[in-house]
Amino acid sequence: MRRAIRAEWAKACSDPAVPWLLAALVVATIAVSGVTIGTARCPAAACGQDPARISLAGVYLGQAIAALAGVLALGGEYATGMIRVTLTAIPRRRRLLAAKALVLGGPVLVASALALGAAMLAGVIVLPGHGFTAGHGFDLASWATARAWCCATVYLTLVALLGLGVTAIVRDSTIATGVVLGLLYLFPVAAMAVGNRAVARRLEQIGPMSAGLDSQATIDLHSLPLAPWAGLGVVALWAAGALGLGVALLRLRDA
Amino acid sequence: MIRAEWMKFRSVRGWVIAVVVAAVAIVGFAVEGGSQGSCFGNSCAQLTGPGGEAVSDSFYFVHQPLAGNGAITARVTSLTSAVPVPHGGTQRAVVPWAKAGIILTASLAGGSAYAAIMVTGSHGIRMQDDYTGDVAGPAVHTDWLRLTRSGSTVTGYASPDGTHWTRVGAVTLPALPATVQGGLFTTSPQYTQTSLGVAAITGDASQSTAVFDHAALTWPAAAWTGTNVDGSSGPAAGPATGYTRAGGQFTVTGSGDIGPVTYGPSGIGTTPAQTLAGAFIALIILAVTGAMFITAEYRRGLIRVTLAACPRRGRVLAAKALVTGLVAFVVALAGTAVAVPLGQRVLRSHGVYLPPLTVLTEGRMIVGTAAALALCAVLAVAIGTVARRGAAAVAAVIALIAAPYVLSASIPVLPLGAGDWLMRVTPAAAFAVEQTVVQYPQVDDVYAPAYGYFPLPAWAGFAVLCAWTAVFLALALVTLNRRDA
Repeated sequence: MRRAIRAEWAKACSDPAVPWLLAALVVATIAVSGVTIGTARCPAAACGQDPARISLAGVYLGQAIAALAGVLALGGEYATGMIRVTLTAIPRRRRLLAAKALVLGGPVLVASALALGAAMLAGVIVLPGHGFTAGHGFDLASWATARAWCCATVYLTLVALLGLGVTAIVRDSTIATGVVLGLLYLFPVAAMAVGNRAVARRLEQIGPMSAGLDSQATIDLHSLPLAPWAGLGVVALWAAGALGLGVALLRLRDA
Repeated sequence: MIRAEWMKFRSVRGWVIAVVVAAVAIVGFAVEGGSQGSCFGNSCAQLTGPGGEAVSDSFYFVHQPLAGNGAITARVTSLTSAVPVPHGGTQRAVVPWAKAGIILTASLAGGSAYAAIMVTGSHGIRMQDDYTGDVAGPAVHTDWLRLTRSGSTVTGYASPDGTHWTRVGAVTLPALPATVQGGLFTTSPQYTQTSLGVAAITGDASQSTAVFDHAALTWPAAAWTGTNVDGSSGPAAGPATGYTRAGGQFTVTGSGDIGPVTYGPSGIGTTPAQTLAGAFIALIILAVTGAMFITAEYRRGLIRVTLAACPRRGRVLAAKALVTGLVAFVVALAGTAVAVPLGQRVLRSHGVYLPPLTVLTEGRMIVGTAAALALCAVLAVAIGTVARRGAAAVAAVIALIAAPYVLSASIPVLPLGAGDWLMRVTPAAAFAVEQTVVQYPQVDDVYAPAYGYFPLPAWAGFAVLCAWTAVFLALALVTLNRRDA
C-alpha cells in the first residue's frame, strides 16, 4: 500500500495541472466568499442570514474545482492510456483507488481548510461591522462556526472523492465532470422547480450538495432538511457509493 | 468543411443519443411537474387593474362617499402586525409592506382605480396609485397623512406634527368618477420567511392593525362604513378583519394587499419558466457533447488529420461551432417547443395558476431558451479548444451557469444584491429569455431565477451570453492558430 501511495504521489507531483487546480480552488473559494462577505448586511435582529453560510459561500464555486481535481486524478490516465501501466504496476484495484483517494484527498483537504479558514476568519472580522453583532443574536466566535468550517472542508474533500469515484465508473473525464456537476447542481435546481414542498424537501435531503451544505448552517438548525452531521453523512454515502461501484467495475472490466 | 464536421458528429452514436436525451429531458421535466394547486376552472381568475395587469385588491376600508374635490387628513399612531406561527396562534412581527393610511378609490369593486398615502411596516411613508405606482415619502419620522383631490389629480402630503406638510407626490387618475369612496384603510400582505434552502420557504397571510386619530374631512361629515374589500381569489379565508371606533380613534385591522400580483413562493401559482426546468439537464448534456466534439479530436490525435485536411484553422473552428450550435439549437428547439405549451397545460390541469402569455412571449421563451442552450454548447466548444481538456470546459460552463443560478435562489446564503449581480454578469444571465413577469420592489416575494424572475431583460441577458461566447471563440481562434496541434 505504501508503494502504491508513493507511486501516486510521484504522479500527482509531476502533473502540471495539480498545483493550478489547488490554487484555483483556493482563489475561487476565497473570491466568492470575499464578495459575499463584503455585500452581506444584517440590518435587524432575526434577519434570517447565517454568517457561517455567508463566509463559506465560496464552497458553491470551489466544489466545481474540487470535483474537477477528483475527475482529473483518474481521468487523465484514461485519456493517455497510462491507466494500463498503472494497473500493471498495481494490479489490486482496491489498493490503487485507495491510494489515489488518499493522494487526492490529502491535498484537497489542506487546500480547502486553508481557503475556508481564511474566508471564515475574514467573516469573523468583517461581519460584525455589517450588523452581525451579539445584539442581533449572533455569536461568531463559537463552536458552531468551527463546526461549519470543519464540515465545509470535509465536504469539499468528499466532492473530490465523488469525482474520483464517478470517473472510475465512466472512464472519461469530460463525461465524469458532467455527471458529477450534474449530481451536485441538479438536485437544488430540481427542488426549486418542483412546486410540491414535500418532494422538494426530499430532493434536498438526498442531493449531495444541498444535504452537504446544510452542514454549514449555524442558525435555524431545526428547520434544516437534515441535521448538519447527517447532511455530511449523505455526501459521504454518495462518495463511498461512487468509489465502491468504481472499484467493482474496475475489477470486472478491462482497462 | 461543415459537411465533414457534421459527418463526424453523426458518426459518434453516443453524441447523437446524448442530444436526443437532452431534448427528452426538457420535455420530461415539463410533463412531470410535480406541482399541485387549487385553481380549477375560473376559480383563480385574477382581477385586473386599470393598466390591465393582474392585481390583488384586499384591504379593510373605513369609508364614506365623497363628491367632488376636498381633502382627508388623519394621523396613524401605530401599526402592528402579526404572523401565524407553525402550531397555531400568531406572533407579532414586522411585515415590511404592511400598509395603513388614507385611500381614495373609484369604487368598492376590486381592481378599481385608486390613490393612497400610507405608513408601511418598514418602508416609511409611501404614496401609491393604480397598483403599480409607488413613490417614497420623507425619510424622517412622520405619521400625519393627507390626501387631497382636485379634479382627476390626487396629491399626497405627510407631516411630523400636523402643521408642517411635505408634498409626497401627485398622480392623475382619469378614471376617477365624480363621487369616490374615501377613508382609512389597513392591509397586510402575505408574509414570507426564507430560511435555508427552498423547501424552508414558509409564508402565510399576515394581519395588521393600525390606530388612527385626528381623522378630518373637508367634505360634510357623513357616517363611516366598514367594508372588507376582498378582491382575493381562491378559497383561503384570511385572518379576522374589522374596525372599532372610540371617540376620535379608529382601530382598523386588515389583511391582504393592494398591488400587482407576483408569482412564486409568496405570490400565486408560478411562472411559465417552470416548464423549462429540464433545460438545466439539457445544458449539462449539451455542454458535455460540445466540449467532447473538440477535445475528443485532441485525445485521439484526429485533430492533426482535420488540420491537415483544412489548414485554415479559423474555418475548422467555425465549422465545429456552427455544427454544434445548429445541432444543439434544433434539438433544444424540439424540446422547448413541446415543453412550454405542454408544460403549461399540465400545470393548469393540476390547478396551478399561471399568468397568461402572448404568442410573442411564448415564442421568445421557446426560441430564446433553445438559442441560449445552443450558445452554451458553442461556448463549451470554444473553452474546450482553449483548454484542450473537455473536463475543464464542462466544469467551466456548468459552474458559470449553474452556480449563480443556485446561489441567487438560495436567498439566505447570498445577499439579494450579490445574487442579482451574478445573474447579470455570468453566462447564466441568458436564462432571462424565460422571463415573463415583472418584479415589483413594492411587493415582497422571492424574486429568484428559479421562479422566473431575472434581474436583466430577456435581450440583455442573452447578449451577456453572446459576449461570453464571442470572447471565448476569439480566444480559441488565437490559441488554435498559435499552437501546434
